[in-house]
Amino acid sequence: MSAAPDHWRKQPFIANPVLRYGLYAAALVYLLTTVATLPIDWERMAQGVVRAGRIFGGAFPPSFERSGLLIDGFMESLKIAILSTVGGLLLSVPIAFMAARNIAPLPIYYLGRATIILARSFHPVIVAIIFVKAVGFGPFAGVLTLIVYSVGFVAKLLAERIEEIDPGPVEAMKAAGASFLPTLFYAVFPQIMQRQIGLGIYQLDSNLRASAVVGIVGAGGIGSTLANAFGRYDYDFALAITMVIVGVILISEAISGTIRKRIA
Amino acid sequence: MEQLHMREWSRFTPQQRIQRYVGLALAALVVSWALGSINIIWAWVWDAPNQMGDLFSRMVPPDPANLEAIAKAMWETVNLATIATALAVVLSLPVAYIAAQNTTPNIVTLWIGRFILVSSRSVNTIIWALLFVAIFGPGVIAGIVAIMFRSIGFLGKLLGEAIEEIDPRPVEALQACGASHFKVVLYAIIPQVMPTFFAVSILRWDINLRESTVLGLVGAGGIGVILQGAIDTFNWQEVSTILIAIIALVITGEIIASRLRSRII
Repeated sequence: MSAAPDHWRKQPFIANPVLRYGLYAAALVYLLTTVATLPIDWERMAQGVVRAGRIFGGAFPPSFERSGLLIDGFMESLKIAILSTVGGLLLSVPIAFMAARNIAPLPIYYLGRATIILARSFHPVIVAIIFVKAVGFGPFAGVLTLIVYSVGFVAKLLAERIEEIDPGPVEAMKAAGASFLPTLFYAVFPQIMQRQIGLGIYQLDSNLRASAVVGIVGAGGIGSTLANAFGRYDYDFALAITMVIVGVILISEAISGTIRKRIA
Repeated sequence: MEQLHMREWSRFTPQQRIQRYVGLALAALVVSWALGSINIIWAWVWDAPNQMGDLFSRMVPPDPANLEAIAKAMWETVNLATIATALAVVLSLPVAYIAAQNTTPNIVTLWIGRFILVSSRSVNTIIWALLFVAIFGPGVIAGIVAIMFRSIGFLGKLLGEAIEEIDPRPVEALQACGASHFKVVLYAIIPQVMPTFFAVSILRWDINLRESTVLGLVGAGGIGVILQGAIDTFNWQEVSTILIAIIALVITGEIIASRLRSRII
């Protein structure tokens, strides 16, 4: 430190130079080796541009000729979303109570947590494919799938809310000699109801989106219509469906956002 | 004393109560409409617990015979998610830059940026995958590109918001010193959005890991291909092995992501 440096240098993000360059090198080696070893058919990829041209050429202009099919698909998606949201909200209440540390005894708590983790681990498409195999093609498989999906999300957040409740009312009820159920109804439910309704509206929006996806593996709704259109190389209809899906998602996002803002 | 007994406690005013009842009635109406008109074969519904039980009984015990192929496909899934995330991160930077109100060059670029973000986010990964499988054929490339297209919107939106929230003073200070535009970005903006950048990238990697487990179901590579194969051949014991492997992968990914995040922030 003889003279003050006349140049300011930006502080590196990772102070230790060995670690820093080591990490950079490791990342580079990883990227290069994986890109090199991925089973990629370069020839087929090169043809992709041509094929993309053909697909987009076939997709424009989007065809709304079979809009009856489109509307039917959407109504089915909407029904799937509504029923699965209701089912998911109802089912998530007991599971959330099981998974709340301040309410449930330890073994039940672990059971509740495990249920939530299990419901959250699988992508809805995997759940859908299994339900389709078990209960057959159609909206019923979709409803079951999205119930699982809703439980994973709603029960998790509801359990967190239950863990945060004010213990005062609960203690007051207990002191007055109330048994377990009245305590739940008068001391716990009023504190979590608002959160549950907010989550319900969010989940309805989220289920509507997901119902488009689970339909692709046969679980009913607009996704099935889309998958069929794709399967028949009906790209102009597929584009029309995709455009409507995007439009509906944007509208439902706006609606659910407004409602949540008003009740919050 | 008499007076005290007369007072009745209630949580809601009459008007609030009416609103609540109307709300409940509307909800009940909508639900019964959905329940009444949905195209469900009810006999299947009553049979569902049996069918599910039957399916699960076929799944136990999990059969590890094909473990090597599963492990290989898992590794491919991880690589697919990681490469797609890395590419999406790089591509989302310019999008975030033009989609943020305080850095975008003009109103046209702002709307281009927003259009890219909205269209990327509102089409689901699986739908992107369907498209890219049609273009590139079945395989990992379709999966990588699908995940990339979906992630750009997510990353670009959150990064753009981070750029909009930066402290403007370092920017002004550098401009006052006569720094070039490039240097302003490098020294005043990038350091401020760096933590968000890493946090968001890690979060997206975690999400992409989940999403890449299903790409194979539409033919876009990864563990889903093997899962689909096992389901098509009714090899339920292998299916359960794969499902367990997926749970392990997702939970490991979540642990890694949360560790990395707590290191950085």
